[in-house]
Amino acid sequence: MLKNLPLSAAIGLSFTAIYFLAAIFAPVIAPYGMADVVGDVWEPSSAEHLLGTDQIGRDLLTRMIYGGRTTIWIATLATILSFTTGSVLGFLAAVTGGWFDQVMSRFVDLMMAIPSLILALVILSSIEATVITLIILMGLLDATRVYRLARAVAVDISVMDYVEAAKLRGEKLGWIIFREILPNALSPLVAEMGLRFIFMVLFISTLSFLGIGVQPPLADWGGIVKENKEGINFGIGAALYPAIAIATLAISVNLVADWILNRTTSLKGGRG
Amino acid sequence: MSEQPLLKVRGLKIGATVYPPGEKPHNIKIVHGVDFDLQPGKVLGLIGESGAGKSTIGLASMAYGRGGVELTGGEVWVNGRDILQASLGDIRKLRGGEVTYVSQSAAASFNPAKQIMEQVTEAAIRQGKFAKKEAELRAVELFRKLGLPDPENIGKRYPHQVSGGQLQRCMTALALCPQPDLVVFDEPTTALDVTTQIDVLAAIKEAIRDTGVAALYITHDLAVVAQVSDHIMVLRHGNMVEYGDTDQIINAPKEEYTQALVSVRSITHEEKAPTDSPLLRAENITARYKGTNFDVLHDVSMDLSPGQTLAVVGESGSGKSTMARVITGLLPPRDGKLTFDGRTLTPDQPSRSIEDLRELQMIYQMADVAMNPRQTVGTIIGRPLEFYFGLKGAEKRQRTIALLDEIELGEEFIDRYPAELSGGQKQRVCIARALAAKPKLIICDEVTSALDPLVADGILKLLLRLQAAEDVAYIFITHDLATVKAIADSIAVMYQGRVVRYGPKSEVLSPPFDDYTDLLLSSVPEMRLGWLEHVLATRKMESAGN
Repeated sequence: MLKNLPLSAAIGLSFTAIYFLAAIFAPVIAPYGMADVVGDVWEPSSAEHLLGTDQIGRDLLTRMIYGGRTTIWIATLATILSFTTGSVLGFLAAVTGGWFDQVMSRFVDLMMAIPSLILALVILSSIEATVITLIILMGLLDATRVYRLARAVAVDISVMDYVEAAKLRGEKLGWIIFREILPNALSPLVAEMGLRFIFMVLFISTLSFLGIGVQPPLADWGGIVKENKEGINFGIGAALYPAIAIATLAISVNLVADWILNRTTSLKGGRG
Repeated sequence: MSEQPLLKVRGLKIGATVYPPGEKPHNIKIVHGVDFDLQPGKVLGLIGESGAGKSTIGLASMAYGRGGVELTGGEVWVNGRDILQASLGDIRKLRGGEVTYVSQSAAASFNPAKQIMEQVTEAAIRQGKFAKKEAELRAVELFRKLGLPDPENIGKRYPHQVSGGQLQRCMTALALCPQPDLVVFDEPTTALDVTTQIDVLAAIKEAIRDTGVAALYITHDLAVVAQVSDHIMVLRHGNMVEYGDTDQIINAPKEEYTQALVSVRSITHEEKAPTDSPLLRAENITARYKGTNFDVLHDVSMDLSPGQTLAVVGESGSGKSTMARVITGLLPPRDGKLTFDGRTLTPDQPSRSIEDLRELQMIYQMADVAMNPRQTVGTIIGRPLEFYFGLKGAEKRQRTIALLDEIELGEEFIDRYPAELSGGQKQRVCIARALAAKPKLIICDEVTSALDPLVADGILKLLLRLQAAEDVAYIFITHDLATVKAIADSIAVMYQGRVVRYGPKSEVLSPPFDDYTDLLLSSVPEMRLGWLEHVLATRKMESAGN
């Protein structure tokens, strides 16, 4: 599987792995406690504090590691939620057609007519922003995009002769969706997933930056930018580290997605 | 030969770079050194199966390689100069001026947004051969020669306003308009109905004779090429197999491969008499598609006895595939009744019992899209075994291998994906999938029409053998009468949604004929010289495509 791994995929895979491992093992590798004040305000980088300290003297590397944990955790779960609901409903709408398709598609059109950030602001002003509610909110808002893609792909596939052959055999909906359509729709969905994951990272960061996402003292990348943005006026780069982290994560995840895409597009089971 | 040949090809080698997924790109050879001459005013037929390199050679005579194809060696001389060495400017003068091209699908080649006349005269005007007025006069003259209706005004129409056969003739006019020395015909009649093909063929032949142009005629159908060409070159895998004049190739082929091509469709099948209790009886079926207001089937009735073959014949649009959809329950009829094995079939497929579904299987025209590209052969054939009979594990695998044996493929195919099979192998796997359900009836929808003649022959032989072994009945939907003659027990001829002739094979195929059956029968190209002229002189009815 890892033989003939292209360079781009190797780079993407290793960076993604570093970010995810750091997220999983945050308590082990972080040098200090997440909320501990361990130094002066906005100390420059030193042997004790590799990235310096933040606006109240917490270790910035520790904050970044814990922040990454929150951001990646929320983005991953929200992506999974949006893909399962979006693609299952999309496939179902494509295969069954009729009123179900109409009702679902018009509802999704309606949801998409409202900018998702504004919708999220409105909803979050009325409910409490916990990690769970954020995941559900982001996942469901994003599922509308996935639904449209999945439905469009599946509509094309569901008119193929092999789907008709399965229907004539008497197959149930489950087989048709998961065994006939899903494997053939996987490539565009995987490509979309790489992009969607990054949009999720940006979305949660945006919400936190605006102060309605992840709540302190929990750290997340958007929150770190918000806390340290005043530092930029004094030439302190603390707010830029999350930006670099988001950019490198975005690129490396998409390199991996591209590579998976290449492998799954092969019609010889990826062994040719 | 006193005259200098118009087209002289020496040692032509053509290659391409392929990019298989997951592999390093590498070069393959498509044509391995081909030589031939073509004298002015003569027609050379290039014939071979798909992948033989015939279209590639045709395009090479315009110094063109399609989609990454490279002309890697040899010489192509047109009018005394080697065009492979010519400058781009010279080649531009050549294409559309000295050499023109007629493609297989006129519908895909015409610009739908422009009038026909503009497109037909474009090359002639741009090459500076004629002024606009003259070119249009010439086009009208060509339209008349090609037998198009209303030649003065047909140029004002748009491509979608004429029929497929007419558009193909317009394309021939387009190619002839700049007064070229050579026209390359690339399967010009393959996409047409058999009754339309004959008119286009006759028009092309006459136009070639009248204008004195030389032509390369590319096709996979030996019977067609025999009607138009002076010489024939048989190609296989990029090599020349045999070259000779038409008479010799048709009547005294030297090479084994050519002999196989000539004798293709020589399958004979003893007609069985219908039994008293039919397996399938369709009574007075009338059907229309959702959202339309006209019937595509009118009052269609037919019977099929167990273990026999009913051929449903007709042109495209005759309703024969719709009939298959009605029988399978995909299109519930508006009126009429289906009886299968003594019980009434419910009109819509979802309400049918598993037994009904199992006993009535279907094989599709395009094996490519009839199999899920992400499932292995083992899954494709094994699924019906699991679904209908609950077979699992070793038992399922054993039965799958037995089925693979029956379709003359080995055990090693079980883990392959459809993309790793040839066209004929794919169709065989589809047959095995249908057979796995142990059906009493298989509907075969144009199962051989996408295949090369020799491969199609193999499939037909297989189907006949399986019928004898498994006692399964076939409904064979086809437009190809040669196939019908080979395998049918009874025949239903359909025309515009009605059965115009129905009965045992021997009755349907013997006179007296109704006009439509006569037209259909006489339009099937026969492999003998002078067939085309004979048919045109004797037939009673104009084809619908006119």
